[in-house]
Amino acid sequence: MKKIIFNPIILSLTLAVLFANCGQRKNVGSVVEGNAAEQAYVAPGEYDEFYAFMSGGFSGQITAYGLPSGRLLREIPVFSMYPENGFGYSEETKGFFQTSYGVVPWDDSHHIELSQTDGEFDGRWLFVNGNNTPRIARIDLTTFETVEILEIPDVAGLHCAPFVTENSEYLVSGTRFSVPIPQKDVSISSFKENFKGLINYVSIDQKSGEMNLAFQISVPGFNYDLARNGKGKSHGWSFLTTYNSEQAYTLLEVNASQKDKDLLAIVNWKKAEEYLKAGKGKERKTSYYHNFMDEATGIVTPEEKTSTTILDPKDCPGMIYFIPVPKSPHGCDVDPTGEYIVGNGKLSADMSIYSFDKLMAAIESKNFAGDIDGIPILNYEAGIYGILQKPGLGPLHTEFDGKGNAYTTFFISSEVVKWNVEKLEILDRQSTFYSPGHLVIPGGETRKPYGKYLVAMNKITKDRYLPTGPELAHSAQLFDISGDKMKLILDFPTKGEPHYAQSIPASKIQPNSKKFYPIEKNTHPYAAKGEGQAKVVREGNVVHVYMTTIRSHLAPDNIEGFKVGDEVYFHVTNLEQDWDVPHGFAMQGANNAELLVMPGQTRTLKWEPKKVGVFAYYCTDFCSALHQEMSGYARVSPRNSDVKLVWGLNNENQDEETLREMLKKKSK
Amino acid sequence: MKKINFVLVAFAIIGFLQSCGGNPDSQEKTTVPPVTETPKASPNGIGEVETVTLTDPMEESMIVSGKAIYEMKCAACHKLTDQRVVGPGWAGVTNRRRPEWVMNMITNVDVMLEKDPVAQKLLEECLTRMPNQAVSVGDARAILEFMRKNDMETIGEKDGATK
Repeated sequence: MKKIIFNPIILSLTLAVLFANCGQRKNVGSVVEGNAAEQAYVAPGEYDEFYAFMSGGFSGQITAYGLPSGRLLREIPVFSMYPENGFGYSEETKGFFQTSYGVVPWDDSHHIELSQTDGEFDGRWLFVNGNNTPRIARIDLTTFETVEILEIPDVAGLHCAPFVTENSEYLVSGTRFSVPIPQKDVSISSFKENFKGLINYVSIDQKSGEMNLAFQISVPGFNYDLARNGKGKSHGWSFLTTYNSEQAYTLLEVNASQKDKDLLAIVNWKKAEEYLKAGKGKERKTSYYHNFMDEATGIVTPEEKTSTTILDPKDCPGMIYFIPVPKSPHGCDVDPTGEYIVGNGKLSADMSIYSFDKLMAAIESKNFAGDIDGIPILNYEAGIYGILQKPGLGPLHTEFDGKGNAYTTFFISSEVVKWNVEKLEILDRQSTFYSPGHLVIPGGETRKPYGKYLVAMNKITKDRYLPTGPELAHSAQLFDISGDKMKLILDFPTKGEPHYAQSIPASKIQPNSKKFYPIEKNTHPYAAKGEGQAKVVREGNVVHVYMTTIRSHLAPDNIEGFKVGDEVYFHVTNLEQDWDVPHGFAMQGANNAELLVMPGQTRTLKWEPKKVGVFAYYCTDFCSALHQEMSGYARVSPRNSDVKLVWGLNNENQDEETLREMLKKKSK
Repeated sequence: MKKINFVLVAFAIIGFLQSCGGNPDSQEKTTVPPVTETPKASPNGIGEVETVTLTDPMEESMIVSGKAIYEMKCAACHKLTDQRVVGPGWAGVTNRRRPEWVMNMITNVDVMLEKDPVAQKLLEECLTRMPNQAVSVGDARAILEFMRKNDMETIGEKDGATK
């Protein structure tokens, strides 16, 4: 039986590889129909109907696109330092990259989750996971800025993250690679004995959005891949797929695909909350970082946390169950009613659709086939609503249109398939170019999908665009799904590797978008809130420059008295209070990056002058007709020089003595 | 003649640059303003401020808050003397401009620079668009009071434009 299932998959994999390698172009003319261009066209000056937020994969960032135009609106730096605007280089934002491993300046961002209220996207926050050094980030959607990064302890490859519950109570995640917990020096071959998994629940403060690791559930050492939370009737439950229930630790490609089925974990998190309240959790010493940006100062303060609360299923009956799911699943997806849970068994020929009611009945009647480490395993048949037979090869991800239909990507057969959930009937299939991973429908994983569009995020580009050497941008493809048949209307290249995206009506974000930071509310300790506060202060070899910017000058723009060996901090406050007037700051020879300072913000660049001379600094963002004039000079003298510290603008130089005189006059 | 050409070119550049960004409501139609055609000027400028009642003696609390806002949002470009730096010095401003014009210039600067001939003439002189500093009408009134105080201290006379 096993062999029969296995062989066609090997065959189709081989075919897929052959196809991908032969470089033969499909006939695109026959795919795109008449008015496709019109449907994706957003006229100059008009706005898109939806925002689509795509993860960046190995870029570590997020990109925001408009739909249906496919316009790139902005790249939001999250897990990777970004010299383009100083993210991670400025003194304020350095703290984002602190982890229990030290500074980790990069990550692999995978899954986008928009915050929800009553099972619908509410446009408050955006969450994304860092896969490599396990972290979850929060982006404030009023500013499109990363405002918080929380490390998750004792897990590895936080792929299975960060899945939000329907009122944003929690972000659920699971370890992709099981590891020794706590970490220790053991033989890899002792996997079964020493390697464990964790399912993590991060709570979200509903007012501030602040994340907190509420508890972790210890689970067997499998690979936890993807998850979804229940909605409506199934709210309060989480569903996580696992692969490698074989617990292989080498050549997983073969050894983790031996069994006919892996396991779907079903977690009753409301029950877990009760156990937590009842004191069933055990504190364990660990180390992880919580890096939170204060809104008024814009400063990130990394804080090490040293304890986590573990719930052990053995002490908490009824908290977690397993049910078999066909072969190496890549996630499971819950339909808008909360009743149907679609298992995407990527190496299975069929797709299993579970019924929430049947799962609950099976739990109620203890219809178990055994247990693993005290976790009951439900009988597969007891939870199954039905099987979608032979929909395609390599099902990866499913979303919904709110009209009873599901749309699934098939990696191996390179297509999107539309099917009716209740009838288990295939309605349409369209090729993608080539090999899609995830797909996204606006609101497609919520209780109220908007339908209308579908974007397939393809893993392989090949000949789709003009060649750019060996490395190609990943391709996205937009389908109109408003009719019976899906219609391809647009291709567009993306940044990094979008593993997942979520899309939300623009009307939920646009009205709340901030245009600037009110300078009155800036409480940065080194802010110069007005040009009169611009000054230079020496404390030993540390020099603080309180600098202001406004169209089109920097104040001060002449500074003398720096010395070789100084540690200089340029604290640049942008005095502008208008939309779209950032000023940049670049210092010749600075060994870090530039700053882009938004109106009303203060950002700090460190500079350690190493050479004697006079060095230029300037604004890097073309701000006005006199932008080229927006510049200044810094004079650096030898280490033991007695050149006095003076600074100024327009030959009104000030020094410490003059300043003292002025203060005396003021106090009189 | 040379000077006029320079101004025209500068305007063309500014117009071109400003149309690339900024506030779409006010700048989408920015083009080269015809120098010869002078639209009918209202001494009150353009904006929601139609009448301002001035009091004597001046309102001390407004002077204090007006000064604070000046230092934070205006001082980078406007001196309290008659010296022009980026923008004109403030000494005597209430003798030159009506209070309504001053407050409209502060609170509705993009429209003023586009349509008000006096504001446009100032732009020709200064060549830097006065930025919108997100000042409310109430705060603009406080700034005006501080200007009146400053006029008394620098010129010894205020509110000349209303007389």
